[in-house]
Order: sequence, then C-alpha cells, then structure tokens
Amino acid sequence: MKLISIKKIALSLVCFLVFSVLSVQAENALDNIEKNKVIRIGIPTDYPPYGFVGTDLQPQGLDVEMAQYIADKMKVRVELIPVISANRIPYLQTKKADLIISTLGKTPEREKVLDFSIAYAPFFQGVFAPKTTTIKSFSDLVGKSVAVTRGAMEDQELSKLTPPGVNMKRFEDNNATIAAFVSGQTDAVGMGGAVAVNIIKQNPKLGAEYKLLIKNSPCFIGIAKGEEELRLKVNAIINEAKKSGEIDKLSKKWLARSAGELPD
Amino acid sequence: MSIELDFGAILIEWPQLLKGVGWTLFLTLSSTVIGVSVGSFFSWIQWQKKSIGIHVVSLYVESIRNTPFIIQLFFIFFGLPSLGIKLSAEWASVVAMSINLGAYSTEIIRAGVEAIDRGQIEAAYTLALSRAQTFKRVILPQAYKKIWPSLVSQIIIVMLGSSVCGQVSTEELSYAANLIQSRNFRAFEAFIIAATIYLALCILLRSVLNRLGQRYLFGTRRG
Repeated sequence: MKLISIKKIALSLVCFLVFSVLSVQAENALDNIEKNKVIRIGIPTDYPPYGFVGTDLQPQGLDVEMAQYIADKMKVRVELIPVISANRIPYLQTKKADLIISTLGKTPEREKVLDFSIAYAPFFQGVFAPKTTTIKSFSDLVGKSVAVTRGAMEDQELSKLTPPGVNMKRFEDNNATIAAFVSGQTDAVGMGGAVAVNIIKQNPKLGAEYKLLIKNSPCFIGIAKGEEELRLKVNAIINEAKKSGEIDKLSKKWLARSAGELPD
Repeated sequence: MSIELDFGAILIEWPQLLKGVGWTLFLTLSSTVIGVSVGSFFSWIQWQKKSIGIHVVSLYVESIRNTPFIIQLFFIFFGLPSLGIKLSAEWASVVAMSINLGAYSTEIIRAGVEAIDRGQIEAAYTLALSRAQTFKRVILPQAYKKIWPSLVSQIIIVMLGSSVCGQVSTEELSYAANLIQSRNFRAFEAFIIAATIYLALCILLRSVLNRLGQRYLFGTRRG
C-alpha cells in the first residue's frame, strides 16, 4: 500500500516536471518579449564599471546601459535581473532571463549551452598583485594564492595557464573575490582589467599593479540556445549601434578607451 | 529543448564531490567538538550565577544568535584581517561554525541544567562533592540526556549551514556542486546530487550522534 503511494507521488512529480518543461518552451523568446512589452536582462551588480550599484542604489554601468539601450531599440520595458558569474548561465538556461549582458566571454564550452551575439564591449582579464610581489610569469604563481570568481572566465582560463601548485581560491561572486584580495587573504587576484583598475585606485594602500594577461576576451551578449530570432534582432541592434558610434561612446564613458575592433 | 537529466556529467567529477563531503564532515565534526565544549563551559559559568559571568555569556549568546551566520563568517574572514588576524578560509569556517554552535548549545544545555532537580544538587553536596564535581558528574550528564535530541538537531543545522562556507572558498560540498555546475552548466543535476548527499549525511550523522550519546554521555552504564 505504502509502496504504491510512493510510486504515485513519483509519477505525478515526473508528470509535473514534463508539463512545466513543455509549457515553458511553447513560444519563442522574441514573441514573448514583444507580447509582454518587457525584456528580462541579467546584469552584474558587482563588477564596476560594467555593472554596479550607485549611491542612489540603482544599478549602473556599461552593461546596464547596454541593456537599457537594447530595450529602447526594441521599444519594450527592461527588467534588470542582478546575476553573478556562477548563476548567470543557469538564469538563461531556465529562461528566467531573455538576455545576459554581464561581461560574458565566448568559450567553446559555453557555446555548447547558449548562443552569443556579436561583441559589444572590449574586456581583458589579468592577474593583479602588490608591487612588492614578484610575478613575471604564470609559473611565479606557484605557491601563491590567487583569488578568482567561481564560474568566471578567469577561473577557467587561469586554471589552464598555471602549472600545478598554484593555490586557486574560488569565491562566490566578484565582491567576495575583491574583498578577499583587498583584505590580504590572497597574494594575487585574477579579474577583469577595468574592474581591477578601479579597485586599485580606491585602495592605494594595497600598492597593487597589473602583472599578467590572462586573456583578451571581449564581452558578448548571451542568448538562450536556439532563440535565433532574438539573436538576429540583438545583432542588428549592436551593428546599428556600432555604426552610429553608440558602442564607442559607451566604451569611452565607462572604460576610458575606445571600443576598438570588436569581433563578430 | 527539453530538460534531459545527465547525472553522469556530475558523477564523473566524483573526486571533487568526495573532497567536498570530506570538508563538510571535517567542518561539522570539529565545530561540534569545539562548539559543544564551549556551550558546556558557558552553561557552567551561567550556573555559577555570578553576575559578571552571566552578563558576558549572555552578551555572547545574544550577539551570535541574533546575527546571520554568513555575516559572522564574513566578519571573521574579511573583517579580522584588518585587525591583523588572518585566518585561512578553512580555519575561518571552523571558527565561525564553532562560535555559532557554541552560542546555540549554551542555551540548549542551560535549559537542561535548569531542569535538574534541586534535590540532586543537595544530595551531591551532602556527599562532599565540590561545585565543579557536582556540575560535571551529576548535572551535566543528566542535562545532556534531556537535551540531546535538540542538541543533535542543532548540530545538523550547523552542518547544513556549512554550505555557506563555500562563499569564502572553503571547498565543502556545496562549493563542489557549484564549481561543477559552473564548468559543465548542469546546475539542476549538480544540486539534486548535492541535496541527496546532504540528506544522506544528515541521516547518518543523526543516527551516529544518537548512538554516541546513548553509549558515552548518558548511557545505561553506572559509575
């Protein structure tokens, strides 16, 4: 008797899962956005100058303005969803967000689970450490601790570049990574260049400087796998913004440099 | 696209998961030993009924019980270095969990101590036991017996709370699950497996603790 009821419960759970999956994928993302007049975009709030919370407690930054720009061009309202490195891709996979504009770099691993637009902003990741620490190559990191954000590109790229023996400390979000480095819990930090420059400026006592280049990886917009109409629409908007100089303007405003040649 | 569960993608990372389980157990066991000792010691101080001792203990208990665990952990890991106290992520986690469990167990054990009949204490004094002996040999074992189930529950809560320690790069079980899902984007499967392991660990830990309590702390042995 008891066994049967457990089976029934399991069966109804399975049915529930199947139906919820079916109902989620019934319509394509672009139609949904146009029907509801709202686009849900995942943005960072822990990564200045790309996305951070200003003194008015509103998110701002390059990624946030890009999100607003795309919504304006699509003539819909934007709903900003704060995401962190580790959860931004699940947000897209579970369709809780239509787009992810969060300094997302393109990797073959990621291309398997989501689609990318063309690039919209320049970005590089590097290793930063106090001036007194000698780091000339990746092998100099052996025996040192390096803070990175779990699931961020620098986490995976640095793991590939460094020999074994580097103590990689992976933190939940960028705020924790930065706090760990600033409070002296780790010898070095791997993170986005523009972000690190900000932090070094705000914490002159650290005496930190740029040490090594991890990767030049421009930012792309992430789109759920198979949402081809939405991807083409976003690409068209970015291309138009490139022509009108809007992309360059954003880059100059937030990164103090021109956008340069961005890959498709 | 429909959801296809691929547990193999997670289970292939078993060394990472095993390491996570190891750390979770280490954190739980060490903080249990330290936390319960702290709790027993502080309930001894409270039992003395000296006003300064009571104030110190209640300041500790109230400040820990009324602040979130993650804030305590961040305070120890990110805050203390500015005072020159630098603990590694693992030690910061042990310290935070011990302090946390210490505060809760102080209150739990105190409840047990207060439930001991006055006659027991008078009888102990009549047998010329000192105050310390009375507390250690007469009161504490009986108190443990009364509050053991709630103490075990609190230890389980602390073990589940250890999942927060991954935030400061301690490589416990939920850190492992998070790391795996950030590599292969199989979040659903990773968390299903992590939840299953936590469930198993809880059931195991609860039965072990219940047995240990029976056997060593207040068992049927006499003497």
